[in-house]
Amino acid sequence: MAQLRIVQYINQFFAQIGGEEMAHIKPELREGIVGPGLAFNQAFGDEAEIVAAVICGDSYFNENLETAKKEIVEMVKSQSPDLFIAGPAFNAGRYGVACGSICDAVKKELGIPALTGMYVENPGVDMFKESVYIVSTKNSAAGMRDAVKKMAPLALKLGRNEKIGASAQEGYIPNGIRVNFFEKERGSKRAVDMLLKKMAGKDFVTEFPMPDFDRVKPNPAVKNISKAKIALVTSGGIVPKGNPDHIESSSASKYGRYDIEGVMDLTADTYETAHGGYDPVYANEDADRVLPVDVMREFEKEGKIGSLFHYFYTTVGNGTAVKSAKKYAEEIAAELKKANIDAVILTST
Amino acid sequence: MVKEIERAGIPVVHICTVTPISLTVGANRIVPAIAIPHPLGNPALTMEEEKRIRRKLLNTALKALSTEVEDQTVFEPEE
Repeated sequence: MAQLRIVQYINQFFAQIGGEEMAHIKPELREGIVGPGLAFNQAFGDEAEIVAAVICGDSYFNENLETAKKEIVEMVKSQSPDLFIAGPAFNAGRYGVACGSICDAVKKELGIPALTGMYVENPGVDMFKESVYIVSTKNSAAGMRDAVKKMAPLALKLGRNEKIGASAQEGYIPNGIRVNFFEKERGSKRAVDMLLKKMAGKDFVTEFPMPDFDRVKPNPAVKNISKAKIALVTSGGIVPKGNPDHIESSSASKYGRYDIEGVMDLTADTYETAHGGYDPVYANEDADRVLPVDVMREFEKEGKIGSLFHYFYTTVGNGTAVKSAKKYAEEIAAELKKANIDAVILTST
Repeated sequence: MVKEIERAGIPVVHICTVTPISLTVGANRIVPAIAIPHPLGNPALTMEEEKRIRRKLLNTALKALSTEVEDQTVFEPEE
C-alpha cells in the first residue's frame, strides 16, 4: 500500500518560533517535518509520512477565525494529503479551539479525514467532539509520547478509511455515536466487578455515563443599573505590582481579592498581570485593558452605575482545572452575595 | 467562573474575545472583546481612542446586564 501523505497543524510554540510574544503570527506552510511531527513520523514507520506542517499563532487563529480557517484550508489543499492531524493541544485553550476548528473545516471542505488530540477539559473538546475525532491526552506537553502512541494508530486507520471502533477501544473522546463491540467478559461479571470497586472506594469506570447538561438559567436583568453596585472579576490575572500572593502563571492554585478603594486608574507602576497564557506586554503597560477600573470609575462619577465594589477578584485562567475555577468562583460569589452586589462584570483574556 | 456566579443568583456579563468558548462554557450574557491580550483596549490607538472603545464595551456590558434574556445572548458593542 502506498505511503499516506499527512499534513500537520501546529502552533507557534510547538514550531519553536516563540511563546506568547509570537502568538499573533499568521499561517505559514512549511514542507517537511516540524516539532512534534518527528515523533509521529517515527511512530508511522513506512506507512505514512508527514509531508508538511501548517503553523499559526494561537491568538491570530482565534481572533481571525474565518480568515485563518480559509487560509489554512488552502495551504492544506495545496499538499493534497490523505490525512490531516492537528496538535495535540493538551490543555492549551486557544490551541485546542484552533485544532478543533481547523480539523472540522478540513474535513468538511476538503473531505479529508482529520484527527486531533486534547486534554478532556480543553474548551475545544466540548466544541468539536461530535464533529472530529479527538484523542484524549494528558494535560501538558509532557504527555506527548503517550499522545503519539494513541494518535498514530488511529491516524493510520482514518487515513486508510478503515472501520473505527468504539471510543473506549480507540482512545478518542466519546462523540455520541454508538459502536457495537464484544466485551471479553459478560455483563453480570462486569457489573459485579464495578460494584465491588465502588464498595471498596476504588476508581471505576461506568459503561453508561449520564450526559452532563450543566447549564445555569440567566438571572433576571438588573432593574436600575444606575443604582447598582457592580463588582469586577477577571480570569486575566491582573494583580497589584509584584503579585503579592504569588498567583501562579498557569494552573493557578488560588485567586486574589484586592482593595481598589480610591484607585481611579490602573497604571504600569501599580498593577500587572500574573497570567502566563497570553503576551503580558499590553496588560503590564495598562491593566485597565483587562480590568477596566478607569472607565468604571468614570461611570460611577457620571451616575451611570451606583458604585464599583471596593474589591476586585482575580485568578489566572491558564490551564487551570475546571474544578479549581468552580471552587474559586463559588467562594467569590458567596462573598459578593454577602456584600449585596447587584451585578458582576467578568473579563477574560 | 461565570456560571458559578450566575448560579449564586448574581447577574453576570462575560467580556471575552473568543466568544465560542464562552458559549460552550455556558455564559448567558456575553460581550465580544477586542483581542486576547488586551480585551478592553487596543495599543495601536491613542489613549483617548482606547478609552472610547473601552467605554463602548462597558456600555454594552451595562446594557446586557439590564436586558432580560431567556437564553445565551451575545451583545454586539454599539455606540
